[in-house]
Amino acid sequence: MTTREEQLCVLEEVAAIAAKWRDRPDMLIPVLHEVQTIAGNCIPKEVAMTVAREMRIPLAQIYSAATFYSFFSLEKRGKVLIRLCRTAPCHVKGTKETLSAFEQALGIKAGETTPDGLFTLEICECIGACDVSPAALVDDTVYGHLTPDKVRELVASLQETEGSR
Amino acid sequence: MMEQVRVVLDHAGDISPISSEEYLRIGGYQGLKKALEATETIIDTIKASGLRGRGGAGFPTGLKLSFTANTQADQKYIVCNADEGEPGTHKDRIIMVEIPHRLFEGMAIAAVAVGASQGYIYLRAEYPYVATILEQALADARRQGLIGSNIMGSGVDFDIQLFIGAGSYVCGEETALLDSMEGKRGEPRFKPPFPGVQGLWGRPTIINNVETLSNLPAIMVKGPKWFRSMGTERCPGTKLFTLCGNIAHPGVYEFPVGTTIRTLFEEVGGGCPRGKKLMAVQTGGASGNIIPASLLDTPMDIDACAEAGATFGAGDLMFMDEDSCLLDVLENLTEFFEEESCGKCTPCREGNTQLLRLIREFRNGTAQEGDLNLLLELSNVMRGGCLCGLGQSSPNPILSVLRFYPDLFVENSYRKGDLAYA
Ligand SMILES: Cc1cc2nc3c(=O)[nH]c(=O)nc-3n(C[C@H](O)[C@H](O)[C@H](O)COP(=O)(O)O)c2cc1C
Ligand code: SF4
Ligand code: FES
Repeated sequence: MTTREEQLCVLEEVAAIAAKWRDRPDMLIPVLHEVQTIAGNCIPKEVAMTVAREMRIPLAQIYSAATFYSFFSLEKRGKVLIRLCRTAPCHVKGTKETLSAFEQALGIKAGETTPDGLFTLEICECIGACDVSPAALVDDTVYGHLTPDKVRELVASLQETEGSR
Repeated sequence: MMEQVRVVLDHAGDISPISSEEYLRIGGYQGLKKALEATETIIDTIKASGLRGRGGAGFPTGLKLSFTANTQADQKYIVCNADEGEPGTHKDRIIMVEIPHRLFEGMAIAAVAVGASQGYIYLRAEYPYVATILEQALADARRQGLIGSNIMGSGVDFDIQLFIGAGSYVCGEETALLDSMEGKRGEPRFKPPFPGVQGLWGRPTIINNVETLSNLPAIMVKGPKWFRSMGTERCPGTKLFTLCGNIAHPGVYEFPVGTTIRTLFEEVGGGCPRGKKLMAVQTGGASGNIIPASLLDTPMDIDACAEAGATFGAGDLMFMDEDSCLLDVLENLTEFFEEESCGKCTPCREGNTQLLRLIREFRNGTAQEGDLNLLLELSNVMRGGCLCGLGQSSPNPILSVLRFYPDLFVENSYRKGDLAYA
């Protein structure tokens, strides 16, 4: 659980980042990427309001962009983002089995976050890794040629790394 | 496996992607040097080469550059489209990961030709590991004076910045991409004005695909005649073909334009895995036509594809073996378009939702009489009435299946349906 103090600390950081780009609406997307990372992989209302105030952009414009792009989320997400590709080239090579394996290993459905707040499982469109379909992007790393066995191994090793942090 | 014909991927993977020195050692930045020495001839050389855009639309590159060159402005831009959102495609990723300096060199050549001093690479967010390489390579090129101010001691300034997208397929459409760079939702603009005249922040802007730009250095060094010795009359040069789906050796391979799908499938890709038979191929990406195995001898060339009922697009081929279900694939593809439609225009926003509903009816065997006509009519409305290529081409896979497998929809609803076609 984050305390109110921690939240205020995050908002201060957000304000500092956004203030660098006052009156530069073209910098909104890079700013949203940056603040989302420090705010727990999401853009909660207070963060959006802080960005709006510091960049001097209408709040509606922040939401307009934040809700359009799939990499931004208003909802709280886990520390680690698992994006499993569902698009045709991966689909014909077995995304369905891979998805069930992820859901079972993590104990959540697609779109959900594990109760410990560590993992969010998302379904996404082609990540440009079709040479190793079926594929998933885990934060910044591609995992390919996924099979249910490989998914179980991957989740176990991610849990181990995250658990020991 | 057949020997590739490497132009864009020449020496790719043999040298460090970061080091300009290694790229210089294999003859890199010589095309830019030549361009800087004879600025006014660049566009004629590119026009003479016959190079056409590799991002999917096949527009003549030299002609596009000339529009921007002829427009007066205090500032012009060049934007490299590295959004690479087309499902199945990952050719631009290979270029950027293995030989990014060739892309920078190509961007600089185009920039010098039109008089742009600032370049951007719009990179999709799904490629964070590519961003790392690009940043390092850009820093190295800047250190060596290859980009930045006074490039190669010529007195010309040209710098390149990276812009990271945020996950949206439609942002690959050139005007949506510009809106995205301006900090907005990526919604396509009405054209005209075209970006070449009025683009980023209203300034003339060249937008080209990664592969297109990466062809420019060799064209400058070896000349149009050499370039025209490869490929076809109306589309010279090589193409990076992406093979994916049910294929033994998926990946990106460079061959002359006009190489047949059969050669790519059998000799390069090694056929379907586990000795399965090929049923169909989707050509040209998610919005491309699906063709039966009987059309494998079609050359991958813009005109030849159009004539045969296939799609050249960005050169992707997705193979489907005998176990695939075309209705299942169509459903998956239509889900993609429904998800990625930006919603700006009604025929696409509502149309894809209805296409998906209809495909599901057929798939479930619950289609009603008249649904087939509805599907056709809606498809035609979308092709003619949508604002951008996403909506205009999203019915293509469906229409091609109707053309090449005319019984599939009827059979399906008849076999399982409740008297729909009985
Ligand atoms: C929905 C949609 C998505 C597109 N995605 C891309 C893309 O990811 N990469 C690309 O280079 N072109 C893409 N294009 C084509 C661009 O609009 C534009 O034609 C291209 O970047 C021009 O470059 P070229 O002439 O070098 O091909 C897309 C077009 C549409 C309609
Ligand atoms: S066709 Fe679709 S994606 Fe293109 S502008 Fe219209 S709604 Fe947006
Ligand atoms: S379709 Fe899954 S990575 Fe391209």
